[in-house]
Order: sequence, then C-alpha cells, then structure tokens
Amino acid sequence: MSGHSTYQPQSKVLQWLEKRLPIGALVHSSFVVYPVPRNLNYLWTFGGILAFMLGVQIVTGIVLAMHYTPQVDLAFRSIEGIMRDVNFGWLLRYLHANGASMFFFAVYVHMFRGIYYGSYKEPREVLWILGVIIYLVMMATGFMGYVLVWGQMSFWAATVITNLFSAIPGVGDTIVTWLWGGYAVGNPTLNRFYSLHYLLPFVIAGVVVLHIWALHVVGQNNPTGVEPKSEKDTVAFTPYATVKDGFFMAVFVILFAWFVFYIPNFLGHADNYIPANPAVTPTHIVPEWYYLPFYAILRAIPDKLMGVIALGASIVILAFLPWLDTSRVRSARYRPLFRQFFWLFVIVCIGLGWLGSKPPEGIYVILARVFTIYFFAFFLVILPLLGIFEKTKPLPNSISESVLGAKA
Amino acid sequence: MTTVSSAEHTRRDFLYIATGAVGAVGAAAALVPLIAQMNPDASTIAAGAPIEVDLAPVADGQIIKVFWRSKPIFVFHRTKKEIEEAQKVNVATLPDPEPDSARVKAGHDQWLVVIGICTHLGCIPLPHQGAYDGWFCPCHGSQYDTSGRIRQGPAPKNLALPPYTFVSDTKIQIG
Repeated sequence: MSGHSTYQPQSKVLQWLEKRLPIGALVHSSFVVYPVPRNLNYLWTFGGILAFMLGVQIVTGIVLAMHYTPQVDLAFRSIEGIMRDVNFGWLLRYLHANGASMFFFAVYVHMFRGIYYGSYKEPREVLWILGVIIYLVMMATGFMGYVLVWGQMSFWAATVITNLFSAIPGVGDTIVTWLWGGYAVGNPTLNRFYSLHYLLPFVIAGVVVLHIWALHVVGQNNPTGVEPKSEKDTVAFTPYATVKDGFFMAVFVILFAWFVFYIPNFLGHADNYIPANPAVTPTHIVPEWYYLPFYAILRAIPDKLMGVIALGASIVILAFLPWLDTSRVRSARYRPLFRQFFWLFVIVCIGLGWLGSKPPEGIYVILARVFTIYFFAFFLVILPLLGIFEKTKPLPNSISESVLGAKA
Repeated sequence: MTTVSSAEHTRRDFLYIATGAVGAVGAAAALVPLIAQMNPDASTIAAGAPIEVDLAPVADGQIIKVFWRSKPIFVFHRTKKEIEEAQKVNVATLPDPEPDSARVKAGHDQWLVVIGICTHLGCIPLPHQGAYDGWFCPCHGSQYDTSGRIRQGPAPKNLALPPYTFVSDTKIQIG
C-alpha cells in the first residue's frame, strides 16, 4: 500500500543518483505521500517514538562503550569513572539507563494499543509477530545491559536469570555452564554479555526494518478498525503524520528529560551501587520494573520447572494472539465486553508488576496466583469465547463517516 | 535466462547435491568451535582444582563459607541437637527424600558440607535462619534444614553435595 511516487528531484546531482539508486523515490513513497488513515490518534505516535528511542540507545551506547571495561575487576569502577570523570559521562549514562525504561514504557503503550484496536488481526499477523520478536530481543538486550554495571543487582540478576535454564530436565546444568563459561557467573559471562549487548540492538534495528516493511505492505490499522476505502479516508504521511509524530515525540522527550535530570535513579536500585559480591546475595532482589510482571508469574507457581515454563509462555503466547482472538471486529470501540476484559487485563498486568516488587509471602503470593490465572485466561479462554458470544456494535461504513458523521 | 529441465539425472543435479552436502557439513563443522568456545576455558578448569579445608578452627554450631570453582561451599559443624533434628525427620515426608546419613560421611556426623547455592535460582541462602535451623534463601523463600534438605519453598532439590573426602579427622579435601 505504498503511495504512488511521482518523485522527480530538481537538482541534477540527485537526478543522476536517482537513476542509479532510487532511494529518493523510496523515501518519498514511504514517508511523504504514503497514505495514513485520517483518524489516527496520539497512541499511533509511539511507533515513531520507539524508533527514536532505539536511536538514542544506540548512540549513547556506542559512546559509553568507549569508556567501559568489560572485566570483573574494572567494570564497576569504569562505570563510576563514566559518572565522575568522563566529560558529560553522567549525562550519557543516565540517558542510556533511563532511556531503557522509556523504551520499555513506549513499547508497552504500543503493545496495549495494538491489543485494544485489534491491530494484530488479519492481514497484520506477521507485522504483529515481528513486533513480538523485537520485544523478546529487547528483553534480552536490556537484561544484559543491566548486568554490565556489575553491581550487586547486576550480578544476582545474571545468576537468577541464567539459572532459569537449569530447570530444563537433563541438559539444564550443561546449558547453564555453557552460558556462564565457568562454574558460576564470572568474567567470561560479563565479557560475552558485553559482546551480545553491543550486537543485539542492531538485530533489533534489522527486525524493525522488517516490521516497517510489513506495516507498509498492509497499511496502518486505525481506531475504527475499518480499512480505508477511498482517498477521503486517508491523508498524506507528510505533513499530517510527520507533524503529529514529531509533536508528541517532543512531549515524550520532556518526560524522558524529567527522569534524566531530576530523578535519574528513581527506577534503579540502591543495591546496584554496591560492587558485585559473589559471596552475598542482597536480601531483596528484584528485576528492573519492566520485567516485574513476568517475575511475579515465575514466583506465583510453586514448582521450579512449571514456573519457568509459565514465564516463557506468558511472552510467547503474544505471538499466537492473532489466532486466539476469534472476533472479526478489530477495534475495542465496537466490542463492549472485550473493552471491559481488556482494561481488567491492563490492571492485572500492572498488578503483577506491583506484586513482582513485593516479597514472595502471604497475600502477595495468593494475589499473584489469581492475577496469573487471569493473565492466561484472557488469552486462552476469554478471547476465543468472546468472538463467539459477544454482541458487537455496528461498524461505521468508512473512516470518514466515523469522523465526519453520516452526512459526509 | 532459461533453464533446461529434463527428467534425466544430469551432471548439474549431481553438482547441486554434492555442493549442498559439502555446504551442510562445512556449516555444521564451523558451528563446533563457535559453540565450544563458550564452555569453560582451560584456565577456568585449572582454577577449579581441589582445595583443602582445615576444620580445626570451626567451632561447634558454626558455619563457614569457602569457595571452590567460584561456588560457595558451606562447612557446617553441627551440634548434637542439630544432628538429632536432621536424623529424626521422617524421610518419606520430604520433597527430596534423603536420609541424613546419605548427606554426611560415615563417622563424621557433625560435619555437613554442602554447595551454598539455592537449588531454585542460584541465590546464596542465609545460614542459621528459617524455621528448620538450617538455611533460608532471601530470594524466593526456600528453607533448608540442618541437613541442607529442602523443607519449604520453591526449590526442587536439597542443597547439592560437593565431592569431598576426609584427609584426616580435621581436614577435608574438596574436589
């Protein structure tokens, strides 16, 4: 669904280039004349924000790598060197650390938006699955980056997460030793995590290209979930979407800057300013906030192997969403029951996040179990059944009708 | 560009199969060093040689921590009361049933030597804590008794036993 490009560069040099590599026409058709639904709301600006955040992480990360030393005796000290000695090192590191949180915040908004408006439904299944892959690689990247600091939380996060693989029957211990490159988390582990932490963002960038490609093949969903039918339903990407994306990106950057300049350690843990000590586990270890819901699911299940399976399943299940949701109506606007279950699902996800930060005892364990059951029931029971039993509201005939009223 | 197809086997078919086979074997062979390099290297293995621990300074009831292969090893000098607690438990009721006699060396009932890594997700349990006078893991609440056996919580197994022998009555060799 790329817009038909009539791109004809003015300058002779660009004309010369265009004949040999039509990159101008590609950009023009994808980001200038590309038709976007006229009714997109601000939730649709998070794709652009995510691309921007990936850029921020790669740029600050490459610069930080110039000052960081991936060696167990020097890693923590080199981070402190970045904070105290390197010119603007404190700013670059706070941008990178808080940037990760902003990146995850934006990706969660983006994902919940996709679920609310049914953006994963036919023909956008591959687009959605590519997004799930990006999210998985993001989680791996964020985890390894957190380990590089080599504070107490870093070390014990590395220990706990790599030990998840020890739950695999038979070969678990062999796999864990292989991941560590030793008999415990140590220098070989830190060194390889550094290598992979540098690599994976570029893997993400590659999958993002596929994600955008798939998006431009099937076109954007929109708040009505009704496909554009005529030219009246769409507007040109530039200036309409460009300025809307740009404006909200600026608003988002204000939030980002507030964290970086006013509360840069709010989302971190004080224990991570203690150098890694393999002899002492901190009394209360928790992952970064963006992993907390999954951590709560892991702890909610009293069996080790089943807990690890549930943790994995809670992420992998997202890839099957296009087939678990049986309703033909995309947008929650026209699905009164789905809307209620959706908001309950959001509350459950946030609730699991809160429980993940609490010690695993008493009422917290019971609540975590109830919420875990709802989490899976939402995908495996509610969504398949709603498509059969829900009475949906009538859809508008077109996007322009929903925006302008029937008289248009 | 056209390709001539024929029902007969041609020399090109042979080349396809032969090239594909060489490529597959080559790719598989290339994976071996790429995967093997992540396993513990020679210096790590060498640093994992056996160590000797002198038990004489360990007081009654004391738990000391030594490191072998980067893993913490708990050496627990158990009191009479703690040994009795460990022995009188009905083994069949345990999540990972093992009698106390299988966890210590015969004739050395007072010495319990275990790897100090919670069998749940690898945290280091805190000594002399929890409801069973053994260890308590702060990460996910697993509790171990005075024989290092799992009694309560998400850990599936008892604290593992390292390979060790008594060199003399007051000295052990771990590894």
